[in-house]
Amino acid sequence: MSHIHDEQVKELELKALEIRQDIIKMLLEAGSGHSAGSLGMTDVFTALYFHILHHDPKEPEWADRDRLLLSNGHICPVRYAAMAHAGYFPREELLTLRKFGSRLQGHPERTKIAALENTSGPLGAGLAQAAGLAYAAQMDDKKWWTYVVTSDGEHGAGLHWEAMLFAGKNRLGKLINIVDRNNIQIDGTTEDIMPLEPLKEKYESFNWHVIEIDGNDIRQIVEACNQAKAVAEQPTCILAHNIPGRGVDFMEGEVKWHGMPPNAEQAEEALRQLDELKKKLKSDHR
Amino acid sequence: MLNDKMKLTKDCLDLDCVEMVPTRNGFGEGLVVAAKDNENVMGVCADLTESTRMLAFKEEFPERFIQLGVSEQLLVALGAGLAMADKVPFIASYAMFCPGRAWEQVRTNVCLNEANVKIAGAHAGVSVGPDGATHQAIEDIAIMRPIPNMTIVVPCDANQTKKATLAVAEMDGPVYLRFGRDKSPVFTTDETPFEIGQAQVFRDGTDVAIIGCGMLVHRALLAAEELEKEGISCLVLNNHTVKPMDREGVLAAAKKCGAVVTVEEHQRRGGMGSRVAEILAEELPTPIEFVGADDQFGQSGKPEELLEHYGMGTEGIAEAVRRVHKRK
Repeated sequence: MSHIHDEQVKELELKALEIRQDIIKMLLEAGSGHSAGSLGMTDVFTALYFHILHHDPKEPEWADRDRLLLSNGHICPVRYAAMAHAGYFPREELLTLRKFGSRLQGHPERTKIAALENTSGPLGAGLAQAAGLAYAAQMDDKKWWTYVVTSDGEHGAGLHWEAMLFAGKNRLGKLINIVDRNNIQIDGTTEDIMPLEPLKEKYESFNWHVIEIDGNDIRQIVEACNQAKAVAEQPTCILAHNIPGRGVDFMEGEVKWHGMPPNAEQAEEALRQLDELKKKLKSDHR
Repeated sequence: MLNDKMKLTKDCLDLDCVEMVPTRNGFGEGLVVAAKDNENVMGVCADLTESTRMLAFKEEFPERFIQLGVSEQLLVALGAGLAMADKVPFIASYAMFCPGRAWEQVRTNVCLNEANVKIAGAHAGVSVGPDGATHQAIEDIAIMRPIPNMTIVVPCDANQTKKATLAVAEMDGPVYLRFGRDKSPVFTTDETPFEIGQAQVFRDGTDVAIIGCGMLVHRALLAAEELEKEGISCLVLNNHTVKPMDREGVLAAAKKCGAVVTVEEHQRRGGMGSRVAEILAEELPTPIEFVGADDQFGQSGKPEELLEHYGMGTEGIAEAVRRVHKRK
């Protein structure tokens, strides 16, 4: 259990803004990629890499590390940026995203970078792999936790529900599924395309413990993971409601930014806005 | 004549004497032995524990067995997760459903992910019989062949299936192990060598090389006996590893005979024979005939009558040999 103090929250909020700025720079340089989801989930990845996960960037393959899988691989810019900030590889490498010869593939490949944990992109398969890992850990009585970030849109895939059934049946208490609940997918809003609500009740009926949070609130993210860790007999689903494009006003909540990178002018404005937020945060005495 | 070095069973061509056992039984026996040798070996099944012959493993190692129900995509993706935790999962279903239904998971979660997952595909081929076309996988090799990192093994009898199961448990990397439902002749012995990627000359000959995989290899030997009487000398190559294929073995057989017939319980398009044709086209263009389904689905019937109907029986193989022999 790892509680968090106001000062730590503020530090992480600042870190999240820096990571968002790197995401903007990466996407601009790459000329393609997914802006909205990456920015929306930055607070979750910041909280995970800088407070929640037991891991060691200096020894990435440490056998007892917590496993973090990313199922909706298209938001990998946020994972890459968070990993670079945590010290897994140099930040300069972030600008190779999606380029020929880069380890930072457009969708993540496990074999390219240590501790990337899984190859993903085709949606719906992350929870199943995480369930396999968590099952193996449970049968061998390992101490580590398996975290997986899944998207709301990929709940359209039957495989995801197969994995939900399995995790509930086997009471995978050390499995935490953080759902990127931003209500958008490529073709529109999740509730227009194939309604998921009531999602909490759906998970509960599959024998999951469910926590709903503001996925852009670092304290809530940390506390939800703490609460999840106290639940031994059920897997936990954290429905992390977040604003896609968070931190850049013209991207926030806009479906069109799902799979679009900023152009030079938009990137400049985005970086400026994020700088403003940093200044505001630094001057904010809580 | 039969190759003594292969230590095939005595009287293996005498159908009155030869023992008949489904290849899947060899998988069931092999899995138990593999699990005794390696505590990381696991068995995962999608509601077909008995018919895939995973039952013996389940009974001996209940703590290492996972039942998933009818969830073949989960079977593959979850298997990848187990492999990422250093387990050696054997995942079993009918070939039609896994790999059939779960192709993308095999490609992304297993092969691209370099996960050490062993796919056991039961009930491949038209010899599944009365269940009909829905359950007769004859396209599975074609969908597995082009995926990088995948090894494909199609053993010729129950004995060899057991050896193959042990061998793939020891190797690191994704494998598709294919076997059938119906009883088929056991004609290899404990002394018969087996190595992944090493095709085996079961019968030597000079006129036509019959290159087969799976239980039809025995029928190829029977056909070769018949053809000998007609003055056509056939070499029979047991090409059990479809990928990576024994290029040298295939080329040597083709070079020696100057004509080739490929034999498999699969579509002619995209199967083991197609790979043989690719190798020959690249290095040694050779007249070739393909025994397999000709762009058709299977249907209900007895295994034997289905094999005859689709030209995969002894006479069908012999006909293909006569055709290619004329083209030399």
